[in-house]
Amino acid sequence: MDILAQLVERFVNYRSSLYSDSILDDQFTELLKLQDESNPDFVVEVASLFFQDAEKIINNIASALKQGPVDFKQIDANVHQLKGSSSSIGAGRVKNTCVAFRAYCESQSFEGCLRCLQQVRHECTLLKSKLDMLFMLEQQILTAGGSIPPIK
Amino acid sequence: MECKCFDPQWPADELLMKTVAIVMTTAKVFTAAVSCITALMLVHIIPDLLSVKTRELFLKNKAAELDREMGLIRTQEETGRHVRMLTHEIRSTLDRHTILKTTLIELGRTLTLEECALWMPRRTGLELQLSYSLRQQNPVGYTVPIHLLVINQVFGTSRAVKISPNSPVARLRPLAGKYIPGEVVAIRVPLLHLSNFRINDWPELSTKRYALMVLMLPSDSASQWHVHELELIAVVANQVAVALSHAAILEESMRARDLLMEQNVALDLATREAETAIRARNDFLAVMNHEMRTPMHATIALSALLQETELTPEQRLMVETIMKSSNLLATLINDVLDLSRLEDGSLQLDIGSFNLRSVLNEVMCLIKPAASVKKLHVVLNLTEDLPEHAVGDEKRLMQIILNVVGNGVKFSMEGSILVIASVAKAEFLRDTRSPEFFTVRGDNDFYLRVQVKDSGSGISPQDIPKLFTKFAQNQSLTLKSTGGSGLGLAICKRFVNLMDGHIWIESEGQSAANRVQNSFPGLKVLLVDDNSVSRAVTRGLLLHLGCEVTTVSSREECLHVVSQDHRVVIMEVCVSGVDSYDIAVQIHGRFTKLHERPLIVALTRNTDKLTKENCMRVGMDGVIVKPVSIDKMRTVLSDLLEHRVLF
Repeated sequence: MDILAQLVERFVNYRSSLYSDSILDDQFTELLKLQDESNPDFVVEVASLFFQDAEKIINNIASALKQGPVDFKQIDANVHQLKGSSSSIGAGRVKNTCVAFRAYCESQSFEGCLRCLQQVRHECTLLKSKLDMLFMLEQQILTAGGSIPPIK
Repeated sequence: MECKCFDPQWPADELLMKTVAIVMTTAKVFTAAVSCITALMLVHIIPDLLSVKTRELFLKNKAAELDREMGLIRTQEETGRHVRMLTHEIRSTLDRHTILKTTLIELGRTLTLEECALWMPRRTGLELQLSYSLRQQNPVGYTVPIHLLVINQVFGTSRAVKISPNSPVARLRPLAGKYIPGEVVAIRVPLLHLSNFRINDWPELSTKRYALMVLMLPSDSASQWHVHELELIAVVANQVAVALSHAAILEESMRARDLLMEQNVALDLATREAETAIRARNDFLAVMNHEMRTPMHATIALSALLQETELTPEQRLMVETIMKSSNLLATLINDVLDLSRLEDGSLQLDIGSFNLRSVLNEVMCLIKPAASVKKLHVVLNLTEDLPEHAVGDEKRLMQIILNVVGNGVKFSMEGSILVIASVAKAEFLRDTRSPEFFTVRGDNDFYLRVQVKDSGSGISPQDIPKLFTKFAQNQSLTLKSTGGSGLGLAICKRFVNLMDGHIWIESEGQSAANRVQNSFPGLKVLLVDDNSVSRAVTRGLLLHLGCEVTTVSSREECLHVVSQDHRVVIMEVCVSGVDSYDIAVQIHGRFTKLHERPLIVALTRNTDKLTKENCMRVGMDGVIVKPVSIDKMRTVLSDLLEHRVLF
């Protein structure tokens, strides 16, 4: 019992930190509510969908920035997609970066776009590792026979 | 003188001899002739004589035989007469003892027996006890074990068997040495048990019990048992068996009749007592009805009047509480009176024609204020096959639904209450959970099915049976704020039963996990979104609310797939929005009739007025602003389905 309580406490603290760092926002909470007995792996599935999508978009943007005359409209479209995806999943920091990215696309700043691309990449990687950790802690609790406390 | 003599040729002697010779020859010839004739005649006569003789012998034999047979027939006739007499005597009574006694007496007389006795099997089945005897008045105590060889021998055949006079069953009188006991015969008497008389098959002979009848010829006499006497005994034994079984049947039926009479008397008494009790109860209720209501109404009326006077805030609070309590009390009194009338069947339904849909809507209106105070959402879903009008007890139907929905509101802390009214389908009626629920439908009848689902805390399985019991409170459900009298559901159940219906509760128990909310069961939604992540999230949201979701990722696909089946089309509208608007116009063009066209809802991040106006212009039915929460989606969908428009 003691170990389980420790696991739960660690999980709760970790999760709170993700929210306080704005890595996750309220939309992620909504996502958790959608997980039910008919859809038990909903969050994990949507998360992996997001990361696949993000990787594709980032690669597209990277190659667009590499070629001759940079097509800012196309980059903007891609960033728009990513913004939509990230806001759907509740990836707060990624979304904010996308907002900034779009501004740079508007002003057609190559440097800005490049910097934003790096940041987006960084944010996505960070989010992935944080979520992996969160899911692992969750799984530990479940295998120990406990249950996940809801977010207040 | 001359004599006429002639000179014989022969001398006198010779003449005599010749005469004799002639006579003798003639005699011989005659004799011979007679002998011949006799011989000839004898040839005919002797066979005749012989045959006559044989016939005479034959006839003598025949006469002797006939004499013998005559004797036999005579004896048989006599014994037959005796048997008939005996049978008549036996069958003329249904009393077991008389039957047996008579048998022994008659047999003794007919066959000139010294002693005749009957051994009956004891209850244990292991011994035979001397039960009846011709000479001894009250035979007592003689028993023999049943598994003796001689007894088995006798029981093994249906014929009378000669047994030794020394066998235990035959030694009935103390032997004084000088006597040479007479021959003894024993025969089995089948005792047919009642249980052998089954309806479908004849009695099983192998499981019968037997009694043993022993017959003794007089001692010191040379008489022997004749065959016909043995046959007589066999016949008598069978007759006795039948007579005994008749007697047993009679005993049984007499006993059963007596038992029935007793039970009838007891039942009559019980009925009378019950009637008296009901009358007493009704009298009490009639009096209390009036007596209780009068002061009740007075209290309520006066409190209402008091409220309209000048009161300090404290006083007002007190008066309000008095009013609330009085109203509660009045409801309780009414409920109790209703319930007792329901229980003894004196309550009649007020059958009349009414508008079914308006009843349901009115219930919703009545419950909405209480629900919105607790921030609960109440949704009414009426299926298309629900008729507009129905015939039944309108007031009580409303009371039932209001009670159940009210409970849902009372015991839910958050979430929504969903009321679905439909016509019960045949398959549903078949596998309904209650074994007592039989459905008998006329052609014009239909079963109204009302489901009330709430997202409350649930009910534990052990509390469920008590829910419909009157006055049984559940500890977990009673909260200070709720004032459940404990009667509401009990009355509902009785009203429902009176309407030939069935009411039950299903609860998933108390769980904190997310449950699939069946807010919109079977609602077909078409989701259009080209962003795979956002599409997956919105789809998950709709699935969680119980919808059936089809997803497409492009506008073209949408137009390809959309059909009458889809009640709602939710489409992601991006900034430019040109394509989406076009879709809406196309859908309008395709489905001209209002009830065929799916409702179109736009999903967008834009909160500006322009987007909204554009959506309205192209004929969309609503706009949802992202990000969408579960509650928001639910509210939007229910408002949309209710009013068909969201703007």
